[in-house]
Amino acid sequence: MSAGSEAGAAREGRRPAAAILGRALRRHALFIVLALLVALFQSREPAFLSFNNLFSVLQSVAVVALLGVGVTVTLAVDGFDLSVGSIAAFSLMLSSYAMVVLGLGATTTVALALAAGALIGLVNGLLIVALRIPDLLATLGMMFLLGGLQLIPTGGRSITTGVALPDGAIARGAFDPNFLLIGRYKLWGLVPLPVVLVAIVALATWFLMERTRWGRVFYAVGGNETAAHYAGAPTKAYRVSAYVISGVFGALGGVFIAARIGRGDVFAGASLLLDSVAAALIGFAVLDRGHANVLGTVAGAIFVGVLLNGLTMLNVPYYTQDFVKGAVLVGALALTFGIGARR
Amino acid sequence: MLSRDTSTIIEWRSVSKRFGATIALDGVDLEVRPGEVVALLGANGAGKSTLAKIASGVLRPDSGAVVLEGQPATLTSPRAAREAGVAVVHQRTDQLGAPGLDVAHNLVLDQLCDGGHGWLARPSRIRARAAAMAAEIGLDLDLSADFSSLGPARRQLVAIARAVAADAKLLLLDEPTASLSAKEVATLFSLIDRLRSRGVGVLYISHRMADIGRIADRFVVLRNGRIAGEQVRPFDFKLAIRQMIGRDVETTAEPRPRGAPLARFEGLRLTPGSAPFDLELAAGEIVAVVGGLGAGKSRLLRTLYGLEPVVGGIITLGGAPWRPKNPAEAVANGVFLAGEDRWATSLMPAATPASDIAGTIALPHRKAWFPLGWVDAARERKAALGAIETLRIRCNGPADSLEKLSGGNQQKVVIGRWRAEPSRLLLLDEPFQGVDIGARRDLVESLRASRAEGATLVAVSDVEEALECADRVAVLRDHTIVALHEVDRGGVDAILNALSAIEDESTAEVSH
Repeated sequence: MSAGSEAGAAREGRRPAAAILGRALRRHALFIVLALLVALFQSREPAFLSFNNLFSVLQSVAVVALLGVGVTVTLAVDGFDLSVGSIAAFSLMLSSYAMVVLGLGATTTVALALAAGALIGLVNGLLIVALRIPDLLATLGMMFLLGGLQLIPTGGRSITTGVALPDGAIARGAFDPNFLLIGRYKLWGLVPLPVVLVAIVALATWFLMERTRWGRVFYAVGGNETAAHYAGAPTKAYRVSAYVISGVFGALGGVFIAARIGRGDVFAGASLLLDSVAAALIGFAVLDRGHANVLGTVAGAIFVGVLLNGLTMLNVPYYTQDFVKGAVLVGALALTFGIGARR
Repeated sequence: MLSRDTSTIIEWRSVSKRFGATIALDGVDLEVRPGEVVALLGANGAGKSTLAKIASGVLRPDSGAVVLEGQPATLTSPRAAREAGVAVVHQRTDQLGAPGLDVAHNLVLDQLCDGGHGWLARPSRIRARAAAMAAEIGLDLDLSADFSSLGPARRQLVAIARAVAADAKLLLLDEPTASLSAKEVATLFSLIDRLRSRGVGVLYISHRMADIGRIADRFVVLRNGRIAGEQVRPFDFKLAIRQMIGRDVETTAEPRPRGAPLARFEGLRLTPGSAPFDLELAAGEIVAVVGGLGAGKSRLLRTLYGLEPVVGGIITLGGAPWRPKNPAEAVANGVFLAGEDRWATSLMPAATPASDIAGTIALPHRKAWFPLGWVDAARERKAALGAIETLRIRCNGPADSLEKLSGGNQQKVVIGRWRAEPSRLLLLDEPFQGVDIGARRDLVESLRASRAEGATLVAVSDVEEALECADRVAVLRDHTIVALHEVDRGGVDAILNALSAIEDESTAEVSH
């Protein structure tokens, strides 16, 4: 064993420059491609690097990044939250219903949405831990369940003031102006509030996962649950809390969308799941980490956002977007698992 | 007896093999004759598996010769060995056949792979051929059952039937009874008996005296790569155990004054049906628990660590009752367990964050070391460097991945983890598994040094390891302690007597 690693060191020693360069390229591949893309878009479209455009890119990816961070936490415990997009859509409908139909205020509505997200996450976690349903299947079930549940109170209609409810009543309430500010307010007239809030949440989650003992345990539960249990970790509690975190982040994402569009749009959350999962998976390749990590997820979301924004500016048709996202994802996965994988 | 040169199936002549600095086999001479069952005995690391790998063509000897039926032979690959008539049934029963195929297909798998049945194997022909093979050796198996639904015993029978059908002249069985019930063992042995009467030679690797007493015509004891003894019936197992262990063991332990009582088990029962037992552990003492598979060694340790409930009786630790709900409570109270099979119970795959040496050592101590929550990298690095130095872990530094270390060094990290904080009760389950002799000495030395406050309980299935590290040895059988002796001149005899009494008893059970 030791002889083998010595031989390996000797091999690396023979070509140190190439080895170091190769490793650096792999670590920073995503950032290098991002820089090249930015340069390309800027050369074609001078408005690309304006503050307005950059913050509009960030605004467009904020919710995807937030949901991706939630997915990242569930990936860390070797799970997978497929319901995160549906939680966001459900939270969007719930917030709208709370204000338009029930006439609640902004604070109560946000609290209600976040509590619902936490509760859904708790149910996900208990399905997985107590009933031992595999993660993918439990959250797939929850995804369908929520997707259907959000349609029932309004009979499948989007929620706006004056909408007719299934029992024939007319909803008289409206969106609280304070609630709308969550999605529409810009700090210093420039930076969208959701971008700031998502940055804060992402930073806090990054600190939790990378710099605290609790983060260590999340990853340990994912790495080897038995070993984590033997090392004195309450592994089931950690697994459940990962889904609660993901649920709360999903619900917060739903609040942002509701506050931005100002109506309970039945179809608003359609592409959220795949986009956030893609961001988390692209994140594996960032800095050559090889596992789910918060920084990588945020970088992955921004990368996709910049790419789509630039292509749109260059008049590349809208319908090619999914293809572009897919190509980026496949490339990032190849980088993580294939090229130079020593794992 | 016939003359040797013409009647041996296989013969190894002064075979040697070394791995780096370790000499695995040192001039071993061994032969197997037709219709003979030769058992190969030896402790972990004695060279049994190296010899098995040479026999099956996986390894080639550095020097010495292999002679097959009087002709010198070089077995360059497992396939070459199989074609020469050497069939191997491995210990890992999941590798003995193809899950997803039924028993009939598994029986004819070799022919299918060799293309003997042509492209389109007719199910009826396969079934007929398989039935004939099963009948030939009196195998009573449901041919349509899927291989994956078979237990370990039946998987072995299928593998043996395959070997016989391939006209094996030598059958090599590696620890075949390790996971079998007494009844399954009896089935296996009657099959071996039938093979013996057909003139097949069997090389039977085991450290179970009971099996050897039942099936072997002759046994050979390996120790440190050399033949330490050879016996034909009637066997003297006490002598065999001594030959396995060597003479120097009795002098390694120095008598030391017993410390203050630390832990006490009163009427402790590990399972509902098992007999209660008492045991007192003194501060600074190392007690080894020995016993066969299923004797309850792991169960005892897991009970003390909060992984199994206490079925009956009272445990006191430092005068207070001890009934941990979970490992977290145990760790918080200075009761540490290094579990059996380090990759299952202690270590993380390399892709996991903080799965390096420093992170592995810090994981259970995270609350004590990082009270505010944030990880103090300097703190854990210091602890890792301490473990690397005191246990002589061979690595580049605290950030090394565990997968890059040798088995012995991996185990040192596991032990180093639990020695990074003072323990009241240190529980080690098979700590010398897959550990070479040099690393084992380092581990034992570390356990014996600085053991002032706590007591150590070591579960091992190998008597030599017990005698090497412990002050006292408790012999466990059926989840209760049947003998408890000091490791001194008189004590070693008593321990060996207790162990051979157990072996004799189980021999009697198997044969009736």
